[in-house]
Amino acid sequence: MIDLKISAEPLNILSCIDWVMTPQSGGIDVFIGTVRDATKGKRVIRLEFEAYEPMALNEMKKIAETVLDKWPVHKILIHHRTGTLNIGEIPVLIAISAAHRAAAFDACRYAIDTLKQTVPIWKKEVFEDGEVWVAAHP
Amino acid sequence: MTINILAFGITKEILGGASVGFQVGDEVTVELLQASLEQQYPRLQELTSFMIAVNGTYATSGTVIKPGDEVAIIPPVSGG
Repeated sequence: MIDLKISAEPLNILSCIDWVMTPQSGGIDVFIGTVRDATKGKRVIRLEFEAYEPMALNEMKKIAETVLDKWPVHKILIHHRTGTLNIGEIPVLIAISAAHRAAAFDACRYAIDTLKQTVPIWKKEVFEDGEVWVAAHP
Repeated sequence: MTINILAFGITKEILGGASVGFQVGDEVTVELLQASLEQQYPRLQELTSFMIAVNGTYATSGTVIKPGDEVAIIPPVSGG
C-alpha cells in the first residue's frame, strides 16, 4: 500500500507511523528531513519549498512502486511539505514497514536518495544577505 | 505554434512568470526547445542543467511537442 502527499500543512509524524504499521510488520523505518540552521557555514533564516505537484506525485509514485517491487515491504508513505519552513521544521517524511528491519532500512534509504534526484520539488535558502535556489548553479 | 511553459524554482525568475507563452515551430523537439529557450533566456545557460517535462513526465531530447501538451521547465531539483 502506498500513501503519497504534498501539502502546505505541517506533517504529522505520529499519524504517518500509525498508517504505515501493519500486524505483519516487525519494523518501521522512518526518514524525517529537517531544516538545518546553516549551509556551508552560513546562517540560514528559513527555506521555501515549491513543487510541480502533479508531476511530483507521479515521480513519488514511481519511487513507491519500485520500492514495493524491489524489497519485501508492506507499506510505504512519502509526504512532502511546501511553502515556508523555519529551522527545525519538517519538509519530508518517509515511512516504510516490513516484516524484518533490513528491507525497511534499505528501502527507506533508496526512497529518500531517489526523491532527492528525481522529484520536481525545489528549495530556496534564505540568508540574511540574499536567497539561493539550492543546486541551481554549479 | 505558441506553447505555454510552466516554470519552477529559479526558472520562474528567469522566464519572468510561472506560466509563459513561447513561440515554436509546429514539430519542435525537446532538444530544439531547450536551445530556443537558452537563446531567448541566456540566464538559463548559467544553470547546472535543466530538463523539460511534457505532460508530467521527463522528456528525452527527441520527444516531439504537440499542441495541447503541458510543457514544464525543470531546473535541478532539490526536494527533501
